[in-house]
Amino acid sequence: MTAATEYSLAELCIVAAAEAFRDDGEKLATGIGVIPRLGASLAMKTFNPDLMMTDSEAFMLSEPNPLGDRGADFAQANESWMGFSRIFDNVWSGKRHAMLGPTQIDRFGQTNTSALGGTYQQPKVMMLGARGFPGNSICHRNSFFVPAHNDRVFIDGECDFVSSIGYNPARLPKGRALSDVDIHRVITNLCVMDFGGPDHQLRLLSLHPGVGVEEVLENTGFAIVVPDEVPTTAAPTEEQLAIIAALDPHNQRAYQIKDNPPGVRG
Amino acid sequence: MDKRISAAAAVAQISDGMTVGIGGWGPRRKPMALVREILRSDLKDLTIVAYGGADVGMLCASGKVKKVIFAFVSLDFIPLEPYFRQARQNGDIEVMEVDEGMMLLGLRAAAWGLPFIPTEVGLGTDILTHNPDIKVIDSPYDDKEWVAMPALNLDVALIHADRADARGVCQIEGPDHYLDDWMARAAKNTIVSCEEVVETSYFQDPARARQVFWERSITDAVVEIPGGAHPTSCNPKYGFDVPHFKAYNASAKDGGFSAYAEQYLAATETEYQERVGGLDAIRALPLPVY
Repeated sequence: MTAATEYSLAELCIVAAAEAFRDDGEKLATGIGVIPRLGASLAMKTFNPDLMMTDSEAFMLSEPNPLGDRGADFAQANESWMGFSRIFDNVWSGKRHAMLGPTQIDRFGQTNTSALGGTYQQPKVMMLGARGFPGNSICHRNSFFVPAHNDRVFIDGECDFVSSIGYNPARLPKGRALSDVDIHRVITNLCVMDFGGPDHQLRLLSLHPGVGVEEVLENTGFAIVVPDEVPTTAAPTEEQLAIIAALDPHNQRAYQIKDNPPGVRG
Repeated sequence: MDKRISAAAAVAQISDGMTVGIGGWGPRRKPMALVREILRSDLKDLTIVAYGGADVGMLCASGKVKKVIFAFVSLDFIPLEPYFRQARQNGDIEVMEVDEGMMLLGLRAAAWGLPFIPTEVGLGTDILTHNPDIKVIDSPYDDKEWVAMPALNLDVALIHADRADARGVCQIEGPDHYLDDWMARAAKNTIVSCEEVVETSYFQDPARARQVFWERSITDAVVEIPGGAHPTSCNPKYGFDVPHFKAYNASAKDGGFSAYAEQYLAATETEYQERVGGLDAIRALPLPVY
């Protein structure tokens, strides 16, 4: 395993995303968006071959599909039918780890995918809707990917609309524990975090090469836990970069983080 | 029994104020020709239940909707449905926003004649804050609280299938039937448009019979409309119409829905299809790649 010296920030984030799926065992890995999907695919191709994955439509695959046009001769490696209705049976069983990109994340790990500002009857900005976030958040493990780490995503105060349950004692349902919620990793263009601080506070796990603690703190709308020693996010290996390139032959990863910066800041 | 009727006759079965479930998912296999027939009608004050796409957006934009029951409304490759967004941001419609799976449970409860189905989904979220009619209950079997997802009883379900026979045996040939079977079962009146009406003998092939997801007693009406899902997809026959959706999306910023309707809707489905390039062009639309 040779650590690469030249790689993009997107590729660094893909490897960090893959790490999030390392210990999942036999779960459905759902990465929504290019970087989460490539992360889940890289994990399945390397250190966690037990992961399960779909074609984003209706079949489960034994090998992840490369992204985008795969040519007329390509035959995907179907292993079972997995239509949308069956996805819910999987979600409710808990055997899934989803990595998604919510619009807002608050200090409790609650997220918003639905509406911003105004009133609920007349929001200033209507977004997607709650989608599957309520179910995902209470039924199985989730991670978040944020391509632009700033205080409009990591907001001061509570989300305008809480789409997913987090570690908020005021919203804890009767008979349940905050530790039932499993937000595993939060990966951004600056760092990797988790909610492993005291009382489930957001905690810095690693900084991407060249990023300082101050920059993370300035761009986060609430206090986070910073350990005394914060390691640097592990660089991709040459082998990982080759697998990523094969999974993303049209280089969609180059368009996921603004200006596609290098992984090591110049 | 012959359940074949025209699109106009099917939509004439819908009344103001009814709750209408619409099959498909986002930009996929929506009964758009039936939706267009509603757009041409005088219907109003509908409650729409859908895994929503342009069906919901168009109905909102044309003033047909009182309330939308939804988990998302999206065109997928255009994440935010432009006219649903306008309707929300103008405060024009009532909403019941739920989780995707809660919607499935609500449809199942309706299909099974239950008042509700208990679930943990929704707990701790604003789904409960903004839906005071969704109750949280104690369990007789444990010390936890549970969401009692109420039945989503539909007056009418609108679904687009690949093929049907005159008696209402419906085939969905594509890779996913989405939640259409539950929409059909949750409704008092299930209206199915299809690409092609076939003889009953078509279903003798067990592979085809496996593609029938509800029994014919659930289907009340069959409307033959080839290309009837356009501009949404009807995999494997055709993909969704990306240029058309882009024009639709752009119309929300320039001209509004009336300009879109003026350009495309027309008085009949035949004329609509001529305006979007004809049935052959619809059938030639490539399938999306994910």
